[in-house]
Amino acid sequence: MSPPVLTAQEEGQSNHSTITSSRSEDRISQNVTALKERNYLGLSDCSSVDSSTVPSDSDEKRNNLNLKATELRLGLPGSQSPERDDSSTKLDEKPLFPLLPTKDGICLLSQKTVITGNKRGFSDTIDGFPEGKFPGTSGVNVLLSPRSARAQPTTTKEMPTKVLQERPCATNGTGHNKTDASIGGSAPASKAQVVGWPPIRSFRKNSLAVTSKNNEVDGKLSPAALFVKVSMDGAPYLRKVDLRSYNTYQDLSSALEKMFSCFTLGQCGSHGAPGREMLSESKLRDLLHGSEYVLTYEDKDGDWMLVGDVPWEMFIDTCKRLKIMKGSDAIGLAPRAMEKSKNRC
Amino acid sequence: MPRIAYAFPDEVLEHVFSFIHSDQDRNAISLVCKSWYEIERWCRRSIFVGNCYAVSPVMVVKRFPKLRSISLKGKPHFADFNLVPEDWGGYACPWIEAMASAYPWLEEIRLKRMVLTDESLELISKSFKNFQVLVLSSCEGFSTDGLAAIAANCRNLRELDLRESEVEDLSGHWLSQFPDSFTSLVSLNISCLGSEVSTCALERLLAGCPNLQSLRLNRAVPLEKLVNLLGRSPNLVELGTGAYTSEMQPDVFSDLSRAFVGCKQLKSLSGFWDAMPYYLPAVYPISSRLTSLNLSYATTESPYLVKLVSECRNLQRLWVMDYIEDSGLEALAVSCKDLRELRVFPSDPFGLEPNVALTERGLVSVSEGCPELQSVLYFCRQMSNAALVTIARNRPNMTRFRLCIIEPRKPDYLTLQPLDAGFGAIVEHCKNLRRLSLSGLLTDRVFEYIGSYGKKLEMLSVAFAGDSDLGLHYVLSGCDNLRKLEVRDCPFGDKALLANAAKLETMRSLWMSSCNVSFGACKLLGQKMPRLNVEVIIDERGPPDSMPESCLVEKLYIYRTVAGPRMDMPGFVWRYTGP
Repeated sequence: MSPPVLTAQEEGQSNHSTITSSRSEDRISQNVTALKERNYLGLSDCSSVDSSTVPSDSDEKRNNLNLKATELRLGLPGSQSPERDDSSTKLDEKPLFPLLPTKDGICLLSQKTVITGNKRGFSDTIDGFPEGKFPGTSGVNVLLSPRSARAQPTTTKEMPTKVLQERPCATNGTGHNKTDASIGGSAPASKAQVVGWPPIRSFRKNSLAVTSKNNEVDGKLSPAALFVKVSMDGAPYLRKVDLRSYNTYQDLSSALEKMFSCFTLGQCGSHGAPGREMLSESKLRDLLHGSEYVLTYEDKDGDWMLVGDVPWEMFIDTCKRLKIMKGSDAIGLAPRAMEKSKNRC
Repeated sequence: MPRIAYAFPDEVLEHVFSFIHSDQDRNAISLVCKSWYEIERWCRRSIFVGNCYAVSPVMVVKRFPKLRSISLKGKPHFADFNLVPEDWGGYACPWIEAMASAYPWLEEIRLKRMVLTDESLELISKSFKNFQVLVLSSCEGFSTDGLAAIAANCRNLRELDLRESEVEDLSGHWLSQFPDSFTSLVSLNISCLGSEVSTCALERLLAGCPNLQSLRLNRAVPLEKLVNLLGRSPNLVELGTGAYTSEMQPDVFSDLSRAFVGCKQLKSLSGFWDAMPYYLPAVYPISSRLTSLNLSYATTESPYLVKLVSECRNLQRLWVMDYIEDSGLEALAVSCKDLRELRVFPSDPFGLEPNVALTERGLVSVSEGCPELQSVLYFCRQMSNAALVTIARNRPNMTRFRLCIIEPRKPDYLTLQPLDAGFGAIVEHCKNLRRLSLSGLLTDRVFEYIGSYGKKLEMLSVAFAGDSDLGLHYVLSGCDNLRKLEVRDCPFGDKALLANAAKLETMRSLWMSSCNVSFGACKLLGQKMPRLNVEVIIDERGPPDSMPESCLVEKLYIYRTVAGPRMDMPGFVWRYTGP
């Protein structure tokens, strides 16, 4: 059938057929792909990693090393920490939302007891002193890749938006392949999950979530949902999460990371490749030198507190809304959080 | 002027018009001539506004001065699946305010996917002296305080239905605000509420309202309390239980059974959260009366579901979870020959592997066994062209067919081919198909079929399908009756959209997300089509003016309107405003 005569702009159209054709091929490779680091600003293009093939496990190390120099890390400069004791040999990356800002400001401390260096992750707060224990997959992937931390069948996992926004920016063939490979290659344990798919209404999802919780805690009925708004400095719009669909701070953190990382890693460039590189560089600089994000919440008294200091159940009882702020804005919160929790105890 | 127009005095015409209720007929009448337009607008009592931004409250009030009932819909359908950000819009407030001053005799307000505040609820409760019906479907923004105002002030309230709304649950005490003298309640649906409602208040309410026909409780109402409540509402036609679980006690069981039997009009059951096998048989004595059964929250194993369903010989509507499995659907096909609507929901939608034995075979069985089947919503994990063709041939009377194969782009599991032929058969054979949702691996070919055969199609939902603009073009150029099209993650772009720009004015709305439409095309469309609102939801890259024209838009919502650009666009919604 001959294409209809259309009057339309021609720009930018040619690339998209590549996306769609490579999609079906890559669908198959998606299923066999292991967890890959993804830098969805396409920085690995810049760093000349061969991104057109799906990297195998043996390549992972090489990719890690190559990417390390150019990867986006939401940490202060110099705040590298000793490698984590887990199977992957990735350098430690801070979770997107460390619960407290650096204790000593900028300087680096490699403390043996606190594996993440200066910043404490959620697991630190919860477990107290996480000796050698880290969620294995929260690393650079936490920042960059849209994978799920672990199987959480009752929480809604949100596949980017980031992945999808990758599309407009990756114009060349390798970009496409990388994108498509990455869509599937984001997690070992679960396939890529997408916002709003399968199409089930929130009410039903929440009911399922409560049901599965009820099966764990005999006979106890909990209210269906507890939605709070989550805003983030610099994001164009806010989101809503149901606190009752998470069991731990870690769950919440992972979900929020996925929801908001498309915003933190900022501007995807346009189709033009040169412009894109420049944008990436300056973004990279910004992120390295300035902003780290912390997760805060407004409690029933109207005070803004840092997330993570109180037991989870207490937290969801008092949390009215969440906000992802720049660390610099959140510094004043730390002492109050301590005081308040002391008063509660 | 033809004489005939003067042959009847206005009152006579008005009387004739009063027998015409359908909106479409009324709209047609108003187009006949100016005098008919005038007569009609003064006697129109009820309107339905499918998109609250297609027209302004001021315009509605001006044209129809004597409305008694209004229905409004706000956000796009995909808002149900979190694709529309918070604070996008759909505010009911301007409408409520306009109506409060213009229609003191307004009786009914029905809202869907709109944002409503407590202040608006209070305004409703105080402005309309004969207010009777409030239906809030998938709405949000209000709390139980607003409901308290309604309860306290609406003396003639007949219907309060909160289906699937998000209500800020401050307390269960709002129900006590119904005065003792209150008797008019006919329908109450609080199934979406999270916290406990005062059972005393409920009992008192039920005792005072002998005409109550529909009662849908929330999950927090325990099974034991249900017995008392049923005892007080013997005229119930529809019941939604609370949590259908309790300690296994024979006397509770027999009381419950007796209570069901005591409601001699009872035809429809829903609720059944966490339904225990022990208590399901309490329904058996009335099973032959049941025409509608919603077990979609019943996380019960297949055998018990099957037993129950097999007893309900007169069932017309069944909503159930996929725990029913293929075998259960086969049993359904044997027992329930009057089945008209089937919805099967996934118990583990995000799991990777199937957790239940539900496949395409269940749906095929039902299509074979149930000659009245017209409406299907089916979640499953595998499908074949052969199955779809069989279903299509079996059920040419299908009017709504929504199939969700959980994994995106999954091909025919037998042949590994796209499912084009299968869905093609559906649109070809089901000549009255009005609503269709696609899933699985699909190429442009399926859209060619839809464009060719889907002449009565009014709403189409598409995800992860198609190869090129051709797909979109087929649909927009072929589907004569298309009103709503929603598309996500498809490679549809500028060409098809711009070539069919005129079509968009004949539709209510078009949603496209994660497709290949460029900012340039949106600008062009906005420029050339002043009666469309072309709204782009901005992501972090910033407003479209700052981006090159070729950059792709992530979320796009286009709808026809006579009200111009909407005044309440949040910062993240962009609309073309000028050269």
